[in-house]
Amino acid sequence: MALHTAIGRARSDGKLAGVVETVPTMRSLMVTYDPLATSRAELQPKVAALVAQGPAAGLKSRKLTVPCCYDDPEFAPDLAEVAERTKKTPEQVIAAHLASPFKVYVLGFMPGLAYVAGLEPSLFLPRRTQPRVRVPRSSVAIAMDMTTIYPFESPGGWHLIGRTPLWMFDQRREQPVFLAPGDSLSFQRVDRKTYDRIVRDVEAGSFDWATLVKSK
Amino acid sequence: MSAALKVVRAGLFDTLQDLGRTGFMALGMPTAGAMDRIGLSLANALVGNPTNSAGIEIGVMGPDLLVDADSVRVALTGPLSPSLIEGPDAPPKPLETDRSHLLKRGQVLRVGMIDGSSTAYLAVAGGFAVSPFMGSLSTYSRAGIGGFEGRKLAAGDALPLARAAAPGGDERKLAQPFDYGSGPVRVVWGPQEEYFSAEGRQTFVSQEYRVSKEADRMGIRFEGPVIVHATSVQKGGADIISDGIGPGAIQVPGAGLPIVLLADRQTVGGYPKIATVASVDLPRLGRMLPGHAVRFAPVTVEEAEALRRDQEARLLRAIAGFVTARPPGGIDLVRLYEENLIDGVVY
Repeated sequence: MALHTAIGRARSDGKLAGVVETVPTMRSLMVTYDPLATSRAELQPKVAALVAQGPAAGLKSRKLTVPCCYDDPEFAPDLAEVAERTKKTPEQVIAAHLASPFKVYVLGFMPGLAYVAGLEPSLFLPRRTQPRVRVPRSSVAIAMDMTTIYPFESPGGWHLIGRTPLWMFDQRREQPVFLAPGDSLSFQRVDRKTYDRIVRDVEAGSFDWATLVKSK
Repeated sequence: MSAALKVVRAGLFDTLQDLGRTGFMALGMPTAGAMDRIGLSLANALVGNPTNSAGIEIGVMGPDLLVDADSVRVALTGPLSPSLIEGPDAPPKPLETDRSHLLKRGQVLRVGMIDGSSTAYLAVAGGFAVSPFMGSLSTYSRAGIGGFEGRKLAAGDALPLARAAAPGGDERKLAQPFDYGSGPVRVVWGPQEEYFSAEGRQTFVSQEYRVSKEADRMGIRFEGPVIVHATSVQKGGADIISDGIGPGAIQVPGAGLPIVLLADRQTVGGYPKIATVASVDLPRLGRMLPGHAVRFAPVTVEEAEALRRDQEARLLRAIAGFVTARPPGGIDLVRLYEENLIDGVVY
């Protein structure tokens, strides 16, 4: 992640010409380059030098608060089952999700889908054996040691325990994707009324996204 | 006055594509873009556009398009069965590929079937007046992003043209068909070739693989001999911690058959990648149809880079070598036909 940022900075400073983009993941950083503009032999030492530098000083990560409604059974069809399998009450599951120190590691699979690690270990469960054909947009789900938020209605095999009124992907916004690798995030419980109010603002495009960012 | 190409009849899968929406893979955004960058570049160059302008990528069967503009210059590239141009009051005439044509208001362009390729391209001089999304006009239809309303073209669509009338100038023609190359598809080993046994790697580069029916803009699943993983699939030999998927990455899931990932590929994936198609051969893969057979041949990174630079140089030479579509003697018969001046004499 730090290297992704360091390469991004070097590129905006006009260094590393020919780098098309970089994709950070939990295991590696993919660097795509244009062979018409550079070569691997030319880039490798430059990237290696950035690796050797270590994490860039003053690397800032955002702290985000994401509202989530756990109360409606339609939003949380798997909450009871998760509670049963983790030997908790539904309220304890919600409390553990709220207390988890989440961090966005990777975005991928579809635009805006974030793999968010940091789930409270007592909630670890494998994916559902039978994935759902249709998971509603903005569903909040858990599986393994992670949580995620579905940016679109799509198939999905994770356990649905709530729904956020936010859209993880909105092409009307200047930054269509809300989450970014490196973001810290925590969920904030909202009731159905608050959920409905925020959804209206998000749909209308009048929601103030800056209120979700605690610090920079 | 409006200026548009109206879709009278939709083809099978026609989308607006440019050379891709690069730079946002870290946000999970697939690049999309033309499956055959050479076909799109040539079509654009024939009508005088920058090669990375958006054109219509035609999938398998093309649309019928009505010219609702004073005039428009178009070019088609790809192995199409004859396309026709019909006037309101003139008999249909064939429209050659690999050259530009001037079309007038009321004419209908009936794009032919593609013969032996999965993609062909239509470019219009000046391009389409559609707003880019994240810097690109490429359509990523799975998420409804980019292009014309984020989807393939449908009957009734009016694609707005940037120019109300075609610029003046001669029609241009590709001097000879562009050579996409033949022989094995060149690949660079990795990034996870160590997930395969020596025997598995040997199978991959020595046997023939066939394009299955599961081939689309996302990628091609091949059929052929099974590639053996180094560790048994039951013990996780076909699972890696997900990492980035570049253009042409070749995943081999537990079943042991290769999947080449193309324009609409997902940005990350959890299957090991035995090799990556050298970018020089991506346009060939972008044209392949079910049933096409290929072999894969390993090259070094340096060879792959040199092959790509050589191909780019050939593309630029082909563009610099366009000829005026006018017979010796100076009479532009083609234009005369198009202006309907001597139809009666010819037919």
